[in-house]
Amino acid sequence: MFDRRLIDNFDWILLAVLIVMGLLSVFNLYSATYTVRAFGGGQIFVKQICWYGVGFLILLLMTTFDYHMLNRLAYPLFFLSLVLLVAVLKVGKVAHGSQRWLSLGLFSVQPSEIVKISLVIILAKHFSEDERIGNYRLRDLVRPLILTVIPFMLIVYQPDLGTALMLLIVSFSIIVFAHVNWKSIVIFLSTAVLSTPLLWATLQGYQRKRIIAFLRPDLDPLGAAYHVTQSKIAIGSGLFWGKGFLKGTQTRLHFLPQQHTDFSFSVLAEEWGFVGSAVVLFLYLFLILWCINIARSSKDRFGALLVIGVAASIFWHLTINVGMVTGLLPVVGIPLALFSYGGSSVISTMAAMGLVMNVSMRRFMFQA
Amino acid sequence: MVVVFGILFVRLWFLQIIHGSRYRTESENNRIDLRDIMPSRGLVFDRNGRLLVDNRPSFILGVIPENVRNLDDLLSDLSRLVDIDRSTAEEKIKRALTGDPFRCVHLKRGLSRDELARVETHMVTMPGVTIEVKPQRHCINETLAAHLIGYLGEIDKEQLGKKEYAGNKLGDFVGKYGIEKKWHEYLDGTRGGQQVEVDASGRILRVLYQKEAEPGADVYLTIDKDLQVVAEQSLKDQAGAIVAMRPKSGEILAAASSPTFNPNDFAKGMDKRDWQELISHRYFPLQNRVISGQYPPGSLFKIVVALAGLEEGIIDPDEKLFCGGSYTFQGREYRDWKEGGHGYVDLHRALVESCDVYFYKMGQRLGIETIAKYAKHLGLGRNTGIQLGDEKQGLIPNRAWKLRRWHVPWQDGETLSVAVGQSFVLITPIQIARFVSALFNGGILYKPQATLWIGRNGKKDLFEFKPEPAGTWDLAKQNMEFVKKGLYGVVNEPHGTGWRARLKNISVAGKTGTSQVISLPEDKETGQENDIPYKFRDHAWFVAIAPFEDPEIAVAVVVEHGGKGGAVAAPIAKALLQEYYKTEAL
Repeated sequence: MFDRRLIDNFDWILLAVLIVMGLLSVFNLYSATYTVRAFGGGQIFVKQICWYGVGFLILLLMTTFDYHMLNRLAYPLFFLSLVLLVAVLKVGKVAHGSQRWLSLGLFSVQPSEIVKISLVIILAKHFSEDERIGNYRLRDLVRPLILTVIPFMLIVYQPDLGTALMLLIVSFSIIVFAHVNWKSIVIFLSTAVLSTPLLWATLQGYQRKRIIAFLRPDLDPLGAAYHVTQSKIAIGSGLFWGKGFLKGTQTRLHFLPQQHTDFSFSVLAEEWGFVGSAVVLFLYLFLILWCINIARSSKDRFGALLVIGVAASIFWHLTINVGMVTGLLPVVGIPLALFSYGGSSVISTMAAMGLVMNVSMRRFMFQA
Repeated sequence: MVVVFGILFVRLWFLQIIHGSRYRTESENNRIDLRDIMPSRGLVFDRNGRLLVDNRPSFILGVIPENVRNLDDLLSDLSRLVDIDRSTAEEKIKRALTGDPFRCVHLKRGLSRDELARVETHMVTMPGVTIEVKPQRHCINETLAAHLIGYLGEIDKEQLGKKEYAGNKLGDFVGKYGIEKKWHEYLDGTRGGQQVEVDASGRILRVLYQKEAEPGADVYLTIDKDLQVVAEQSLKDQAGAIVAMRPKSGEILAAASSPTFNPNDFAKGMDKRDWQELISHRYFPLQNRVISGQYPPGSLFKIVVALAGLEEGIIDPDEKLFCGGSYTFQGREYRDWKEGGHGYVDLHRALVESCDVYFYKMGQRLGIETIAKYAKHLGLGRNTGIQLGDEKQGLIPNRAWKLRRWHVPWQDGETLSVAVGQSFVLITPIQIARFVSALFNGGILYKPQATLWIGRNGKKDLFEFKPEPAGTWDLAKQNMEFVKKGLYGVVNEPHGTGWRARLKNISVAGKTGTSQVISLPEDKETGQENDIPYKFRDHAWFVAIAPFEDPEIAVAVVVEHGGKGGAVAAPIAKALLQEYYKTEAL
């Protein structure tokens, strides 16, 4: 089953970029948790190495089968991830006031990360099978919309508004790339905007409060607004060359909140300055452009949409996270994919990159 | 997409290159920090709105470990200027050094004026030392109702994880005992805070944001301050407990436990020395004897035997038994408290004069299992559910218990002792107050409660008292009426043991109890109380209820090693009733 040509076509450049990303992430985490380590909290960068190790294994695993198999498995996979989402609401672990984790004995998984991938797969399947390529009308969007809204609502209930929003944006990106006609998009968007007040009216008081807190974190001067202030000082004080590895004072003195997860980019910017942050941004830019290139040269629409979905997810993670730590966007608690600490995030991103690799390897092959 | 990347690059350029030097300065010299604004804790009042607990400004001596130059020098300086325990202080600072060294460590709360003046004049030579002004919990009447009100203490690990303490952080003073603990969530209020810019030496340059604190809600207790004062004064220099309750609702009007403690000592923050002294005190001042003092009930238990006997049809109220001063059973002599005996007595006279021999015989007829069944049913030997910390349930023994606990079978003679409230029987003052209340309110066991209402600005929105029935006696009405008349006789008839509780204008009913701590050798038994060593003297009990026709107040009094119930406890109960009705004695 394993064709020699597959190895010839292996995307070494994609792999190299991911390895560099992984190394940067681990180095940065080493610095971000340097002082915490003195008090016994220092396993984080070691754990991240493990996550990346597991991540690369999964990436290779994801290349061993022909991605067309997913076309058939799309619905079962999607259904399974929905079951996990329901399970997490019933028996999930509560942490930081929301229920996002499903404990599996030795480790925990975050079903919302899994559903991100299965949603991309099922949407790619939907738009690749639809006969009228491009020029979708409004009613053709009903099915993808339902497919998005179900997991969206389940994640909102956790509540994990950041991830839920991410799901919407990624699914919207795929719709745009699938060449839905612009008129439909405009009508769709305006309906959505107009129905917001209606939806708002059905919400309970505490739910509204939560959404306001999500959209306007600056209203909490002792929480998010404080974090942004500290993050901006950290980034700005890095100047052109940065303060140097392990020398970030904001980081050292714990002024940065969640410096190993959501605010890990601030640690990088403080210690490596504009040069370091620019290099990392270029790396992401390259990765995304590379994916778009794969999508373009992919031999079928399914593969192309699959890769676009993954690329869009990375792109929006980057935009929202960096926008948030630089004070351009509200603090919505979205990590920087591939860079922040987190097992579920690293592994699901690597699995997604495995799909990209899979499509990339089979670009030049035709089915018998 | 290119646009988005462009924006991010420009933003980084803007932050790091254009404004970079300003941020660099901020990161090096000035720090943006968060300061708490503590809410003022809710006040505690008595039922008539008289203030019992408030907050007073207090000066706190603190140290910021990071700024200390030489810890040894600093500690010797401080222990010279202020009365502190050096080793406790050293331990606290060293622990902080391994955590967040910028966080202020509090060494002493409630500095005196002299100490404050001494520290302030030496501040310049002691870098790292701070003086903070914070509100401190203050009980206006010092020890008044200390066990009920309770005290605060620094939050511990276990509390940090609980929902009731969700708004609290390490270092906060939180409710640890009594009402302060029970209603902590309402009393505490909501913490506010400031985002401030501070310079390198910790001075605030400007306030960036501010969120005001929300004060806590006020708690109104069911106790009456005047009655509480009388109760506590009655127990002065004696160990014991008093509880007064409304028979028809379970509201606690007064609850005194002696010896007591001063919650204000806790507010200042106790050092190891003071704490050791308090917990190793031989009469356990921290114990709330009202709910966790377990005593043999003595003759109070005759009420239970009388009710059980009537209900079971074993006692005929008209049957007269002879009491000659003792009763011999299985070769052992069981003595009556009255030498020479009571002669021929029926149930009514047996209650009024508290005849032991009569109840030995009745106990023998009923058997231990029946007695135990009734005692439990009537609310003795089980928790009242007052929810004020450490309630003890007492003990009603039966055959199964004895076998389980002592691995020996029940002796029939022990049933006789139980019938007069001796042997293994243990009850708490709150149980007996609730018991006598139920007898006079038609058999309803109310959950005792100490909180009238909770709210802000006079609005009773957080809690409002309502009676909570926790059980009903399944007894015939005429049997309860018969026993009630017996208790009226105890106080008002000739030879009644409780005559010292009689009042002129108010009809009082009651029952005396004298419970033996150990069985004394016979020659000692007739001797004067004063000749017997303190710890071997009897506990004195009295329960009273008034007015007999339509009761408003029930009082239970126990004086540890006080002697005879009628002589020692009854006058105390009377003093409380006098205060309640403000009448002169007969």
